[in-house]
Amino acid sequence: MKQWNRRKATVLILVISILFLVTVAAAGSQCSDAARATDFSRKNLLPCLEYPFGTDWMGRDMFARTLKGLSLSILIGVLAAAISAVIALVLGICAATLGRRADGVITWVIDLIMGIPHMLLLILISVAAGRGLKGVIIGVAFTHWTSLARLIRAEVMQLKESPYVKIAGKLGKGKWYVAYRHILPHLLPQFAVGLVLMFPHAILHEASITFLGFGLTSEQPAIGIILSESMKYLVLGKWWLALFPGLALVVTVIMFYLLGENLRRLIDPNSAHE
Amino acid sequence: MILQAKNVSFQYKENAPLVLQNISFEVKEGERVGLRGKSGIGKTTLCRLLAGYEKPHSGEVLLDGRPVTEYRGYCPVQMVWQHPEQAVNPRRRMYTVLEEGDGIPQEMTAKLGIEEAWKQRFPAELSGGELQRFCIARALGKRTRILLADEISTMLDLITQSQIWTFLLEEAKRRNLGMVVVSHSDDLLDRICTRIVEIG
Repeated sequence: MKQWNRRKATVLILVISILFLVTVAAAGSQCSDAARATDFSRKNLLPCLEYPFGTDWMGRDMFARTLKGLSLSILIGVLAAAISAVIALVLGICAATLGRRADGVITWVIDLIMGIPHMLLLILISVAAGRGLKGVIIGVAFTHWTSLARLIRAEVMQLKESPYVKIAGKLGKGKWYVAYRHILPHLLPQFAVGLVLMFPHAILHEASITFLGFGLTSEQPAIGIILSESMKYLVLGKWWLALFPGLALVVTVIMFYLLGENLRRLIDPNSAHE
Repeated sequence: MILQAKNVSFQYKENAPLVLQNISFEVKEGERVGLRGKSGIGKTTLCRLLAGYEKPHSGEVLLDGRPVTEYRGYCPVQMVWQHPEQAVNPRRRMYTVLEEGDGIPQEMTAKLGIEEAWKQRFPAELSGGELQRFCIARALGKRTRILLADEISTMLDLITQSQIWTFLLEEAKRRNLGMVVVSHSDDLLDRICTRIVEIG
């Protein structure tokens, strides 16, 4: 009766987290209007059946606002992480294959970016790129690629020196054959896991930069906006304004993290057979 | 074809001690040369140089008068490595190893004792000896003229060793291959080789 093994549990968690994220993203994009609708006849309501997350001082439905905010976060996270991962892949491969000088320059840039406090650089880039949605995506994308690029560079360098790659060269196989058949199968899992594990970072940074007021504008119900606005009302005892959106953000981030970790467990040969 | 090493010296890094010093050596088609020497004397390094995996620090390795590192495409000198588990890609199934070689016929894999079922497995699912058979088959493609065998049977039991060497000897005679055999076993070298060279 060993039907229920680790692998199945892993797949189940994977599916649940994907379902959760897709549902939130889809539901959020459906309630843009509900998130903005104000109604002063229902302001400052405690969480109840009709408004599970309560309403704020303008009578806006916090549940709809949270959903919308999360879907915005997920959108930004996915876009920024995808751009970031592509940058990491291209620069990592370039550093490992284009000779010592290119490697020196790229490694220097990586060290430079890692040396500057993350938040500071993020704020600088996104303000310079014109703030708003575009600014945040560019900012997050250009600050998160470094560690993945390092990983890919090291991996490619190691593979280049491995006997089976050298043997393939002696057997008359070209560069493309080696890259596609020998190197890519090693990079793909690293890349996929790196990409997914970048989502939670991107989302958290989007929320924090927006919270600090350098990100999305206040018309957009992003999680960062919701949290910074509800700060003022926390002292008035309106705890639900910050608690539920904050919790929802944490749950989303955890879901992305679970997704990445379980994906890694599935495709990493060290743990694939557990 | 003739493979020659002329006054070859080699060091792995600048200013590192020389691993090989002024080695001269040659092997022709149809010849089976045994390489004997103490552990750490540079037998594997010499094989790597002869196969064109490394360039000598001074001196040259010539295949029919041309440096062996200059050959593009399929190299007529092929080497079988001492550690088969490093010589195959752990992410690819074993049949891809055979595909990489140059037209490896079915009979050859059968003679080497490779079972059909093994071809669908990953390298981690085979033993070292089983992997080594794939590596030997891969190195014996149609265009191979000279084979370098670097301690290829050290990890095998005697029965398997004799199976593999009987096959290799037969194949080398049939195709008039040149061979360089590195081994610690004097008996094996005496039995296989037409000539034995001491290095070190």
